[in-house]
Amino acid sequence: MKDTVAPYTTADGRQIGDVLMDMRGITLRFGGVEAIKDISFDIREGEIRAIIGPNGAGKSSMLNVISGFYNPQDGEVWFRGAKRPPMKPYQVARQGIARTFQNIALFDGMSVLDNIMTGRLTHMKSGLLAQAVWKGRAEREEVENRAVVERIIDFLEIQAIRKTPVGRLPYGLKKRVELARALAAEPKLLLLDEPMAGMNVEEKEDMSRFILDVNDEFGTTIALIEHDMGVVMDLSDRVVVMDYGRKIGDGTPSEVRNNQEVIDAYLGVAHD
Amino acid sequence: MLYREAGDFKTSYAADSQTFPIKFDRWRYWVVLAVAWLVIPFFINDYWANAILVPFLIYAIAAIGLNILTGYCGQVSLGTGGFMAVGAYSVYKLMTSFPDVSILIHVVLAGFITAAVGAAFGLPSLRIKGFYLAVATLAAQFFLVWLFNKVPWFYNYSASGQISAPERFIGNIAVTGAETTPWAQYLICLFFVTLCALLARNLTRGSLGRQWMAIRDMDIAAEIIGVDPLKAKLTAFAVSSFFIGIAGALFFAVYLGAVEVGEAFGIQKSFLVLFMCIIGGLGSIFGSFAGAAFLVLLPVALKVLGVDILGWPSSTVAHLQLVAVGGLIMFFLIKEPHGLAQLWRVAKEKLRMWPFPY
Amino acid sequence: MSADFLYGVEVVINGLMSGVLYALVALGFVLIFKASGIFNYAQGVMALFAALTLVGVMEGQVPFSHIINATFGTDIHHFGWHVPALLAIALTLVVMIAFAWMVHTFVFKHLVGQEPIILFMATIGLAYFLEGIGDLMWGSDIKTLDIGIPQGGSMWVENISVHLGGEDFYGFFIDKLDITASIVAAILVIGLIVFAQYTKQGRAMRAVADDHQAALSVGISLNFIWILVWSLAGMVALVAGVMWGAKSGVQFSLSLIALKALPVLMLGGFTSIPGAIVGGLIIGVGEKLFEFMIGPMVGGATENWFAYVLALIFLVFRPQGLFGERIIERV
Repeated sequence: MKDTVAPYTTADGRQIGDVLMDMRGITLRFGGVEAIKDISFDIREGEIRAIIGPNGAGKSSMLNVISGFYNPQDGEVWFRGAKRPPMKPYQVARQGIARTFQNIALFDGMSVLDNIMTGRLTHMKSGLLAQAVWKGRAEREEVENRAVVERIIDFLEIQAIRKTPVGRLPYGLKKRVELARALAAEPKLLLLDEPMAGMNVEEKEDMSRFILDVNDEFGTTIALIEHDMGVVMDLSDRVVVMDYGRKIGDGTPSEVRNNQEVIDAYLGVAHD
Repeated sequence: MLYREAGDFKTSYAADSQTFPIKFDRWRYWVVLAVAWLVIPFFINDYWANAILVPFLIYAIAAIGLNILTGYCGQVSLGTGGFMAVGAYSVYKLMTSFPDVSILIHVVLAGFITAAVGAAFGLPSLRIKGFYLAVATLAAQFFLVWLFNKVPWFYNYSASGQISAPERFIGNIAVTGAETTPWAQYLICLFFVTLCALLARNLTRGSLGRQWMAIRDMDIAAEIIGVDPLKAKLTAFAVSSFFIGIAGALFFAVYLGAVEVGEAFGIQKSFLVLFMCIIGGLGSIFGSFAGAAFLVLLPVALKVLGVDILGWPSSTVAHLQLVAVGGLIMFFLIKEPHGLAQLWRVAKEKLRMWPFPY
Repeated sequence: MSADFLYGVEVVINGLMSGVLYALVALGFVLIFKASGIFNYAQGVMALFAALTLVGVMEGQVPFSHIINATFGTDIHHFGWHVPALLAIALTLVVMIAFAWMVHTFVFKHLVGQEPIILFMATIGLAYFLEGIGDLMWGSDIKTLDIGIPQGGSMWVENISVHLGGEDFYGFFIDKLDITASIVAAILVIGLIVFAQYTKQGRAMRAVADDHQAALSVGISLNFIWILVWSLAGMVALVAGVMWGAKSGVQFSLSLIALKALPVLMLGGFTSIPGAIVGGLIIGVGEKLFEFMIGPMVGGATENWFAYVLALIFLVFRPQGLFGERIIERV
């Protein structure tokens, strides 16, 4: 089991670069409960990194630490070579980290297009006055960002539902729109919290294809949590395995698969 | 062949995000504007101005303001009356302190002052939500009314405790005071309504509007996509109060001429404007107009029906009006939470498909 | 002891007594809120409506007489009988329970599962509706309500307290009506707590508050519980309406006094019964003391807003209230 690796080239020829995000000794407590115990791992540029583990292992908490929703009591978060001070979620978003949620968190009162446009917020700088006037700067900015969003809409094949209110969409499409909103931010790091939860096989295949394409075409670094082992093993370059808030494995899918502790955790060997 | 989007192809994103994407809507919009500006001023009389048009225009501004805060940003406020009072007393102090400056500037400045006060009372919105916040805004309502009642500086130490608008002119046309003609009252209100509706439309169609709606629909998710919740909520409070302040200033200076704060800007006013937003449609600028029109016309209609036709005492009709308004609010919340604007939209949707609904 | 201090004590005592009534009304809010998630703005108007109905029943007024007279050209106002106070109170209670049934059946049954803020706005609509109905039924003129509660300063209190101070202290002035009101309110507060904690219906009510689904699955009728809490709120409104109505006449401002329970709740936390009681006492004492000490400097009438501003400031620092459960947000 190794904690870090040097830049490498994957089997399908993608270049994996330097460390983008480095979690060092993260510990997170809720009251007396330790949700995460002294976990370290890194995410490299261009990589698809999976975090797996049984229910209650602390995976979602870890994602919430990365996206700034929880601030850990101990440990350091390093992003793009700099130590990150405690931040609010919106500040993390502005640093170029976007995410999706396990239970879809879309804006139900808005159309698909508007939902995805919200993903561009961190790129839209015109102030209150410019927007009040509209003509000129605000309109130009709107059109430029709309063009970016339309590319993502084409990419994810959701052209037909552009103007539909999100509340009316079926589950699978909502998941796709949420991915689109995260992509619209053109993030440096994309966090996906169970992107395939509750999907049927066909939808899962679609979503897997999109995740691979995003990584391939835009070179976006992705960290994801997923329960479906088959999907994880196929998609990811490296896997972190968590159990009861501890890290019990880290490495390529094949390394992790043969790790005795991981096998025990999944097969349910009694803890002492 | 009138109401169609087929054949009306958009060739740019700008064209697609315009206010009225359908040609017939655009056309009708210009007709409404032209009638409002070029036809009505020649036919308006005192009854129409005072009973219907001027209050309608002023309440439309207030409803747009509250709709930005409540309908777009999801923060319910019961302090509208208090904020209107801030606008009214600001414009009064400005008019009496700087008599040489144009009233148009005073009204806009009153809007800015109200925006600052509104933002200050919006500060707790970061910590408290939903009806907690709604009740907290009652603090603004009761405190502000009390303040204007008890601190003589605000009413220039007048013996009656009332404020009354001095005469002011634009060019040589009186717009406030006893000499004001109905068409001048109407036009100055129309000017501000046009301006406010345009501003509100621009602010709600771009990234700021989407930030507000994101906060409204799911504040946690909004934060995760990069919305600073404090900034978004405070701008909503400030922008909303700006409009409400202008409405309050016009309500006092142009419409009533003299006010006693508890009577003109009491808690009933807060509810009235909130009801306009609910009945008209939360999160819709058109709905603000529809709601204002509805609640300005309802008492007039009830009075004609009850007092003039059925011969009931006017107090009974006033009570009946409370029953009708309260009943309608509950009806709309149960049956059509998006208000008249949604009914209108559904009707348009049907019209667009007609005669082939599938 | 100096007279100033003793007058301060008098203010505190009076504050505590009005605080008990606030606590009672706040308790009505807590019960509805816990069982149904409805934050009932109409509570104040319910108190007004109850008081109007009580006066109307006692004096034998004909309901809707204005409309009837205007429509049929008749001139009827009174049935010509007087109903004794206790019977009238019982009849009014029946009206309030019927009202509870109607409110639930025609309005809130159709709004189950809506967002709390929508429910809140619906109760504002209800407040308007009920105010209009009350005026239509009984007329909107100011009415005096006399059900035989003694009024005026209590000589007994004055006589035993006069020795506490020196020459310039004349003893505590405490209104007998206030004493009666706070005793009745205190009994009702205790009664409600006992009801909620120890009776079968009370336990069912708390079960519904904890978890609708679970309550349903053990065979509790939600409709019954909701009508029950609205009825309890109606009863609380009746008591508050009688006490305040007897004090300052039955008129619209009565509904605003009852609304003081809103800041009480924000202070005490929406879900906490002890919070409602402590919050009520704090607001009662706080607003009387503030008016006594600061009021004269700023022109008085601070009672209109003090409670709200206190609650507002308090909430900024402790959003869940004094005793409320901490709000934990999850993603």
